[in-house]
Amino acid sequence: MNSLVMIVVGAALVNNVVLSQFLGICSFLGVSKQMKASLSLGGAVIFVITIASAVASLLYTFVLEPLSLAYLQTIVFILVIAALVQMVEMFLKKNSPAIYKALGIYLPLITTNCAVLGVALTNVQNGYGLAESVLAGFGTAVGFTVAIVLLAGIRGRLDESAVPLPFRGAPLVLLSAALMSIAFMGFGGIS
Amino acid sequence: MDILIATLVVGVIGLVLGVALVATGRKFRVETDPREAEIRELLPGNNCGACGYAGCDAVAAAIAKGEAPANACPVCSSGKAEQIAAVRGVAAQAAERHVAFVRCGGDCEKTSVTAQYAGVADCRAAALAGLNPWACAHGCLGFGSCVEACQYDAIHVVDGVAVVDDSKCVGCGLCAAACPKHLIELIPAGKTAAVRCSSPDKGTEVRKLCSAGCIGCGICAKQCPDEAVTLDGTLARVDNTKCAGCGKCAEKCPTHAMVLTK
Repeated sequence: MNSLVMIVVGAALVNNVVLSQFLGICSFLGVSKQMKASLSLGGAVIFVITIASAVASLLYTFVLEPLSLAYLQTIVFILVIAALVQMVEMFLKKNSPAIYKALGIYLPLITTNCAVLGVALTNVQNGYGLAESVLAGFGTAVGFTVAIVLLAGIRGRLDESAVPLPFRGAPLVLLSAALMSIAFMGFGGIS
Repeated sequence: MDILIATLVVGVIGLVLGVALVATGRKFRVETDPREAEIRELLPGNNCGACGYAGCDAVAAAIAKGEAPANACPVCSSGKAEQIAAVRGVAAQAAERHVAFVRCGGDCEKTSVTAQYAGVADCRAAALAGLNPWACAHGCLGFGSCVEACQYDAIHVVDGVAVVDDSKCVGCGLCAAACPKHLIELIPAGKTAAVRCSSPDKGTEVRKLCSAGCIGCGICAKQCPDEAVTLDGTLARVDNTKCAGCGKCAEKCPTHAMVLTK
């Protein structure tokens, strides 16, 4: 039980997907302009990564490993994630238009988010089983959401302050992200 | 043999996923407004984003729902906008065609390069660093950020200054958004007067730096029968809503900064 909790905490904070593994930077910087959008994206990422790690784990254990085709994991995971996101999108559109509307464009965007593929591959690397994979995936996605929501909050504050011209826009966002990354190194002590 | 198994496995996974996708697609089909697809067909479909929506699909849905006007797409010709309006069942608002206009005529002959710029060859990069190799601080940098932004091959840097090809320009305004010097504006297509200079400097200063600049002499304003031309400090401005395109101002302009578009 204790080790499962550690997997979630470790994935969310210690090995934060954005701030210490540098995955999913694109959407991290791109969609952190507004709090609302970053929350939507975070929700969509939690949704997709949790399902994707479950499916990827099952596929690896029951198809790729028995056939000793582990080297195909990257291409197979990409296929599965892309198809999965499409299916989830169609399902949501029909069965819960409210969630579909809230997630909007972010759901299909996640197909190309490297964090999703990264989690699936890391799970295999760590030799996680199904339950561990799902928890690690969930933790990672929560970590992503925490990071992007924090950055959105910081950017909201920065928008209202007098920033020297050369630092406005992208430079300051990158600096903020770097400082956040240093702050998250403090969680290294937990593990 | 290994290759065959690998190919087979990936192929089968792909096939299964494909079939599953089709099945889910059928099962979870959502009836959408049929007009949405019809409108989508009429839109250009290159998702340039000039309308402010996430793409052609998004704006088609907004038009079908009535959230956006039938002429929401700035790239569509007025004929297309009418067809879209017909699909939606409303009368089209007249959509005037606009084209981009570069308010700088200072090419290599008319003004001069005073410094060697060795940085990233991009207007926004140069402007961000406050660098400008040209004599005039207000003119076109000529590194072609607008050319990069244009999806229709309608703007090019000729002799160091951006020039719009009116026949190709669709008036989407992406180049205007890309120009760090804010030199590009959208003006109505057809005959209208426009000032090919943005320098607010005094006439003597402008004349020293560039032979094509507006020196603020005010002859154009006096010539105009419709009071469309006014002087904003030492820079002539044309109110395109009043300009009838007679061309008297352009004829008399001593530096030919005032031009009559075709």
